[in-house]
Amino acid sequence: MDKQFVQEYIAQRVAQELHDGDVVNLGIGLPTLVANYVPHEKAVMFQSENGFVGLGPTPSEENIDPYITNAGGKPVTIKQGGIFFDSATSFGIIRGGHVDLTVLGALQVDEKGNIANYMIPGKMVPGMGGAMDLISGARKVIVAMEHTAKGSLKILKECNLPLTAANEVNLIVTEMAVIEVTEKGLVLKEINPEFSVEEVQAATEPTLIIADDLKNIEV
Amino acid sequence: MNKLISIEEAVSQIKDGDVLMIGGFLSVGGPLNLIDALVAKGTKNLTLICNDSGFVDSGVGKLVVSKQFSKIIASHIGTNKETGRQMLEGETEVILTPQGTLAEQIRCTCYGLGGFLTRTGIGTKVQEGKDVIEIDCIKYLLEKPLKADFALIFAQKADKYGNLVYHGSAQNFNSVMAGAATTTIVEVLEYSEEALNPDIAETPGVFVNYIVKGTR
Repeated sequence: MDKQFVQEYIAQRVAQELHDGDVVNLGIGLPTLVANYVPHEKAVMFQSENGFVGLGPTPSEENIDPYITNAGGKPVTIKQGGIFFDSATSFGIIRGGHVDLTVLGALQVDEKGNIANYMIPGKMVPGMGGAMDLISGARKVIVAMEHTAKGSLKILKECNLPLTAANEVNLIVTEMAVIEVTEKGLVLKEINPEFSVEEVQAATEPTLIIADDLKNIEV
Repeated sequence: MNKLISIEEAVSQIKDGDVLMIGGFLSVGGPLNLIDALVAKGTKNLTLICNDSGFVDSGVGKLVVSKQFSKIIASHIGTNKETGRQMLEGETEVILTPQGTLAEQIRCTCYGLGGFLTRTGIGTKVQEGKDVIEIDCIKYLLEKPLKADFALIFAQKADKYGNLVYHGSAQNFNSVMAGAATTTIVEVLEYSEEALNPDIAETPGVFVNYIVKGTR
């Protein structure tokens, strides 16, 4: 599977986790693609941490308003029913549990639901932005990422990079599998039929608990 | 009192070593004319409190490139390579703070609060050196207020009383910083001698000391 196909596949599967009426925050990169796969009949409100709910699609060139941008600074639109507010209100919404679901990428995630996605010491120090607040504040946290980084493991027994948040991840969606974080460990719930359970396990450090009702991913 | 002053009068108040809060999010809604004037003036050894450090060629990032900060407190510096370079080479102290915590630390000062408790950062490097307080079996970090000498903010429109309205996502940190510094200076695109409709004004003029007229 090429990179773009992998990303679209993951985004399509994550989109199935969104429900009618949800307030959802999507991280930059792969998670942003999820918005393309939400069925029209589901009224989902996207939150943008720079200060609004009702995030809409990218405008055409002539409709760009330089003062309406997403959290990546790119021009976007606001949908009917949306509202602008300041950063304190934005993070009140986030910390206060008013965001139903957040979807983020990760450098590492582990079987305790710990996530590392904001720095590699001595190398990459961009900062956490709103990720720490989002992961600890949102009701449900989904990690959407490629299963490995060119073969090196990302789903670990214990993260060794600085954590963005501890014990907060609920679900991991990759091009190989859908994995739920539980108190007993990581449960393999769904699998891409192109891979065997053994292959998924080989690409995952902790021992997976295989769900009794293991299903194929359907996108 | 007359709150409307020139951009030159505004930046002449800022001295070497001052602590500045600067509004904007990736330069969107930043006080760009005040920033340019501060670059031209060359005030040094400043501390920056801002969501991010902008880009090398726009917004607050220009002040980073001209090496006018000795300390930066921000949630994200990844869009400006020069900030990362100064941090790694020890030229500038950089404190990375979760965005929601940063907003609330600023808000606390304006609202006269001694700090707040948040779950954000528990179990991470952000927790280092901070008090952890347990309430009803939930652990929180005690985060303290951030103070500044000047808040340089941006709004769409001000009336002569300093009441402000914003447009789009340009509000971000601006209305939070208004009143959180000893002196708050707002850059606006529109200025009105007539009072704004009190039902729609978003920031009360009591938080605003000076107004400058900006252009884009």
